[in-house]
Order: sequence, then C-alpha cells, then structure tokens
Amino acid sequence: MLTEETGPGHPTNGGPANGTGSTLRTGGNLVQLISPEGERVHRPEFDVWIKDLGDEQLLALYEDMVVIRRIDKEATALQRQGELALWPPLLGQEASQIGSVRALRDDDFIFPSYRESGVAYCRGARLTEIVRTWRGNALYGWDPHRIKMATPQIVIGSQTLHAAGYGMGILNDGSDNVTITYFGDGATSQGDVNESLVFAASFQAPVVFFCQNNHWAISEPVTVQSHIQLADRAVGFGIPSMRVDGNDVLAVMAATRIALDRARKGGGPTFIEAVTYRMGPHTTADDPTRYRDPNELEDWAAKDPIKRLRTLLEAKGALTEEQIAAVDRKADQVGADLRNSCITLPDPQPMDVFEHVYSTPNSWIERQKDHYSRYLASFSGSGAGGSGSGLAEGTQEGGVR
Amino acid sequence: MSAIMIKEFRLPDLGEGLTESEILSWKVNVGDTVALNQIIAEVETAKAVVEIPSPFAGVVAALHEQPGTVVEVGKPIVSFEVEDAAGVKDTAGAEDTAAAKDTAEAEDAAAADDGGTSPVERGAPTPTLPRREPNLVGYGVAPEPEGHPVRRPRVFASAMATDAPTPAAPAASATAAAAPTPAVHNGDRPRSTPPVRKLAKDLGVDLHEVSGTGHGGLITRDDVRGFADKAPGVEAVPSSVPPAAAVTLPPSGVRETRTPIKGVRKYTAAAMVSSAFTAPHVTEFLTVDVTAGMELLERLKASREFAGHKLTPLTLVAKALLVALRRNPTLNSHWDDANQEIVQFHYVNLGIAAATPRGLLVPNIKDAQDMGLLELSEALASLTETARAGKSTPEDLSHGTISITNIGVFGIDAGTPILNPGEAAILSIGAVRPTPWEHNGEIALRQVMTLSLSFDHRLVDGEQGSRFLADVGAVLRDPGMVLTMV
Repeated sequence: MLTEETGPGHPTNGGPANGTGSTLRTGGNLVQLISPEGERVHRPEFDVWIKDLGDEQLLALYEDMVVIRRIDKEATALQRQGELALWPPLLGQEASQIGSVRALRDDDFIFPSYRESGVAYCRGARLTEIVRTWRGNALYGWDPHRIKMATPQIVIGSQTLHAAGYGMGILNDGSDNVTITYFGDGATSQGDVNESLVFAASFQAPVVFFCQNNHWAISEPVTVQSHIQLADRAVGFGIPSMRVDGNDVLAVMAATRIALDRARKGGGPTFIEAVTYRMGPHTTADDPTRYRDPNELEDWAAKDPIKRLRTLLEAKGALTEEQIAAVDRKADQVGADLRNSCITLPDPQPMDVFEHVYSTPNSWIERQKDHYSRYLASFSGSGAGGSGSGLAEGTQEGGVR
Repeated sequence: MSAIMIKEFRLPDLGEGLTESEILSWKVNVGDTVALNQIIAEVETAKAVVEIPSPFAGVVAALHEQPGTVVEVGKPIVSFEVEDAAGVKDTAGAEDTAAAKDTAEAEDAAAADDGGTSPVERGAPTPTLPRREPNLVGYGVAPEPEGHPVRRPRVFASAMATDAPTPAAPAASATAAAAPTPAVHNGDRPRSTPPVRKLAKDLGVDLHEVSGTGHGGLITRDDVRGFADKAPGVEAVPSSVPPAAAVTLPPSGVRETRTPIKGVRKYTAAAMVSSAFTAPHVTEFLTVDVTAGMELLERLKASREFAGHKLTPLTLVAKALLVALRRNPTLNSHWDDANQEIVQFHYVNLGIAAATPRGLLVPNIKDAQDMGLLELSEALASLTETARAGKSTPEDLSHGTISITNIGVFGIDAGTPILNPGEAAILSIGAVRPTPWEHNGEIALRQVMTLSLSFDHRLVDGEQGSRFLADVGAVLRDPGMVLTMV
C-alpha cells in the first residue's frame, strides 16, 4: 500500500528541516506540480515532499483515481436505475481525494463529508458499505474504528467539529496522530466550521482542514460564499493555509504531507484549499444545467485530474497501453462487483432499527423493542416480528491493496 | 441456462420523493441490443432532465410508454429480453420467478423450487407473507393494492394506548402553511408565502409595493390580486428587464482577464460579422408620441379579457409591426444568395432579441402574422421565459423572418441594430419617456419613444423601409389608424 511505502512525515525524508514557512500562506499562488497539459512543474519547496514517489507509486495513484471514478459512475447509474435512493458524485475531484488520503498514516482518523467515497474506498471500506446507506439499507456505512474513518456526515460541516474535538483528544493522549477532516467550499460559511477553526487554533490541535473547493455549494457559486480566497479565510483564525490545484494529485499529496508533518511535530492545524471542480450534479437529485454555464464544464474538463497524470506517465514511458488496459479492467471489475453486491443486499428487517443504538444493553431500547415487536405482531399473518437478524455483511472487499 | 427471460424496468424515483416523470425520448428501439448502463432514455422530473442507463444487458422487447407521456413512479416503462445465464438480478422488482431462481441457486440450490419467494424472504418464518417489494426509495409511492397488510384486532390495545409514543402535535400543521413565523426576521424581503410570491411574479407585481393585510402584515393572495387589479400603470417592464449580470470585481492587482471565445458569445460574434458584412445595412429613426398607444395599453390591462396578461410597449410595437408588414411585405423577405433568389415570406416568424444568462438569443414566435394582441402577449411571455430559463430549442431559434430588439428596457433611446442573419429588417424599440412635445398646437408633456429600423438595402429600398417605419409609428401614435391599414 502506497501509504506505507511512502509514508508521510518521515523526518529523514528530506523535508524542510525547520518550519515550513516557505510553503504555507501561498495566498493566490496556486500550487501546481502537474500542469493540465501533463507537464511536471517544479516547485522545489513542494518537490521535496514527493521526491520519494517513483513511477510505481504514480501508477498506483493513477489506478486509484481511475477506480474511484468507475465506482462513482456505477453508483450514479445504480441511482438512475432505482437501486440507490441518492448518490453524491465525486467526478472531477479524484485527485483531491486520492492525493490526500494516500498521504495519511493508517492510524490517522478521517472525518469526511458525504462526498468522500473515494477516500473511503482507499481506507478499505467494502463496496457495499460505501453504498448501503444510499440504498436505504442501513443506518450506517462502515465500522469507523475498523478503518479509522467516520461515516459520511450529511449535515454540512459538522464533521469539522468532531475533528477538532478528536484533535484535542490526541493532544491529551500525547500521541503523534493527526486527524483530517474533509468539507466543501459551501461548508466554510457554516458556523460549525468556523467554530472548529477557532478551537483547533486555540488548542493547536493536530487537525488538517481539507477543503475541496469544487466551486458550487449545490447551486450557489463559491464567489457568493466568499469575497476572498477560502485559503485566506483560515489566516484570520491564525491557521496557516495552502491553496493547491485540487486536480493535481501530486500537489495535493505534497500539501497534505506538509500539513501532517506540521501537526505531528506539534505545529498545530493547517488549512488546505484544494481548488477543484464538481463535474457532476451536487447529488443525483439535482440538475446543474439549470444554474451552471456549460462553458465552465468545458474549461474544467480540460483540467481533468486523471488525464494529466496519464499524460505525464506516458511521456515518461511509465505507462503502457497494456497497463492502461489493466487498470481499466480492474476498474470495470470493481464496478461490476459494486453493482452485484449492491443489488443483492438483503433488505433490513423492521427490528434492525434497534440495533446499534447503544453499544451496551439498554432497558429503554429493550422496552421499545418489546412494544414494537408486539405492534408488528398485530398485523395478521405477518410474522414480521422477526428476530432482527441484522444486516448481512457485504462480501466485496474494498480498496485495500 | 441460456433461456431468454423478460425483465421489466419500472420508472424509479429519480429525485428525492418524486412521484412521476415525463419520458422525453427513447434512445433505443424495440429489437435493439443494449449493454448494461447504456443510455436508453431521457426523462424529465420536476427537478431535472436525466438520462436513464439500462439496468440490463439484453434486447429491448417493448417500450411501454411514448415520449411526451408523464409516467407514475413504479410503472413499467421498458421490457428487456435478457439471457438467464447473464446473472443479472432483477432490479425492478417485477414478479419474476426466474430472477428469484437465479439468485436462489447461487445461495441455496435446495430451495430453488419455491419459485416466487425471493431469497431475501426465504428466511422469514411465514412464507405466506405478501411478497415484499424491494422497497427502495425508488418504489416508495408504488400503489399498495392487495399487498397492504390487514390489521387484526389489537390484542394489546390498552398497553399500546398508554405506551405508544406521542406523535408530534398534528394540530400545529393545520395552520402552519399560512401562519407567519414571528420569530424569523425577514430583512428586506416582504413577508409572504412561496405560492403568493409566485403569483406576484406571474402578475408582475413587486411585493415591496404591496401592503399585507394578513397576520402580522403577511402579504396574502388577495393583497396581490387587489394590487394588480387597481395598479394602473404597473410598468410591465420590470419583469422584462434582464437582470444585470452579476458584477464580480476582479481580485486587486489583476489588470486584465482573458476569456476564451466560445459558446453563445462565439456564435453571436460570427452571426453579427456575417450579417454586418454581407447585408448592406440602412438604419432609419422615427421619434413618435406614443401617449395614445400607452393609454390604450392601460385600458386593456384593466379589462377583463387581458386580466393576468402581460401587456407592455413591446406587445403593442410587435402588433404594429405585424400590421405594417402587411402593407410593406418586402421587409419580410430573405436574400437567398446561393440560389440567386429573393424569398418572400407569406408568414411572419417574429424574432425577439433576448438577453439570457448564456448571452444574446433571438428566439422567434412562429406564424405571428395572424396573432391578436392577446395571443401575442401570451406568446411573448412564454418565449422570453423559455429563453431566460435557457431552454430555447434550436427550432425556437431558427427560421425567423424579422426581428425586434427592445433596448428601451435598458433606458436607451435609439441605436443601429444589426440584422439577424438572413432577415431583411430589425426594429429596435427605445425607452418610453415623458417629453415636452408638440400636442394640438401647444407644448405638452407626452409619452415619446424612438424607433430605429435597420433593413437590408439589397432587398428593401429607402421608400419601402420608410413607409414601413412610418406605418409602425402611425399605429403607435394613433392605434385607430389600424382601421385604415387592414
């Protein structure tokens, strides 16, 4: 797994020795290490953070991005076919998700929004776990403790509070863990996010605030949300920030590693604005053509995150037709696995609703269970007072390599 | 194992809680072989136009609904012939024994002969349970016919009565819709409800000008209707003024911004260049006292027939143009350079230049020649609304024969409009302004407007162009003049 081979925060890794002042506070200067045309742009202060990435690692990042795009495509289709109630597409944001999650250590806890399906996949969430909540089949996706990642937060921005609190907990524990929280441009207008920034700064908690600025808060453009760049907002909280090309997987990874390294060494929180674009709708229930200039799509299609890495690799001779085909085959297989495991998920039973409310036995829940089972039994011939067999675990393995 | 089976696909809920959708078009025909996830249809919900990917790989056996039909969620819309061995699960929840069998085999061959029971329920204690629809959100509103559970007398009635959780007080909901929420501070927005806002918008009423008589000053439906009825000169202009494009200040330090030329801008530029440099333009101006015309509009607005319709100077000018065209048909013609022919149109497709969020569009009203004022006002309203919503179809935008551009809504008096390519004339409407003007031998404050007419001098001589413009002016000055023209 990439994370282990190239783990972030290796002190001997040649990262800037004292402080990272030269890389933070980039203001309007967008950090880009791969141009949209697929050329490597050299920025010495960032290059040192990714110099360990060889062709093999780049290929792995490429594969990650192709696979999560395929997951997204299949899930979108499943929604259109009535198999999922809703799906929030990540199309266009692959580099932001992969570049950041692959910089983390396995024990760094993640607090995502609802769009980080690619992050979840890389963390080892099973495919069924990624989709079952969207199918209305379960009240949760995965076991947060197993993959060190909270389940998707639907309330905009609330997860940042959880991250700030978790970060303060790390301080109490005295460990060198870091927590990262994902949110969008619109969330920066929320009270929760602002409070989180205050607390993280006040306590100098090891939190990476990872903002995917995908330019649209449903139908509200980012220009309405903020008159300054989002990265510059963090400065007002006393939190250093970086503004990186969110469609450039290397820039995202370099920035995330810098932020993680700062936090691990007691440097406190960092804010990363990954400038990307939501190529699809906000969710499948929304029609972006009603509020978005199609020209914008054209512009951003030209900055595609996968295309630029592929061009770079091909130019280096590090990606053959054969390898491209192999990656596509793997992606198709994941897509097919996702479909099959999703549409064969057993429906939950009525009594399942009582599971997992508390981790320990609880008399109130027991009483409610009793009432509800008697209520169900009052339907003739139902037999639906079922034993609450629980949800069968999915069988498909996620993206742990 | 390669037996062919029929799979139905039922219309899912494509949004959140939608009950129906309209089939816009089929992308496949009966007999076509389709791949999994191949786009098979375009469907419009209340929220969006979406493409439906095929849930099966197979052959299209039947299309159950025609394009243009509004279909309830849960109704079958298409059937496929699918090979049994393909291993695709029935996604639509059709009563399909084969599908159950398919999965059953995978899980437990021994149970394969219990036919209609799906594997999900096989573990359920009572197999007589009505088959549970795979009740994804997609099928939530499907009719509940015989499958509806039948209650039997409650055994634990007393216990239930005391212990049942208290439902949220339903009494509140009865008044909730109309009740104001005093705690909410509404800022500058007049207090009203969404349906009333919609009504106000439709009637061209600005809610800021309406005083509410409802609870706590809430503006009611009647307030809006009352205002619209008595307001004499609600300038119908506001709703036709295109919203000024949001001005975004560039970050300081940026001295210029370069935007690629594409989309509507590119198309507009090409059309304007081709028009300006192929058709020799002549522009004439006429300033007229339109007081009588405006008074007529006011009278009509107050009439029962026109209640709720949008009557603006544009409506009147459009009608005057149509009348004048009958006497001066050369302005409604086309220079066919390729065939070296002049095409005289005996119909009028009246183009209206519209500023839309995407740029300048000139949709046209088909066969406007015989439209009365009422019909014309309806056509204008729907055309501009469609254009602003970005929904003008290519057909709306082609085959125009003459155009009007309304620069008066921007407060401009006159200009030299450029012909919509292929057309012989374009009339520009200036702002209606109270102006000191000669009236009955004296100076009076009159409603005055300037008309600017550009025409293709290859087709239209100065005489014809001038007569046409004079006729339009005559109708606006004295609408009764129409009697002398028709």
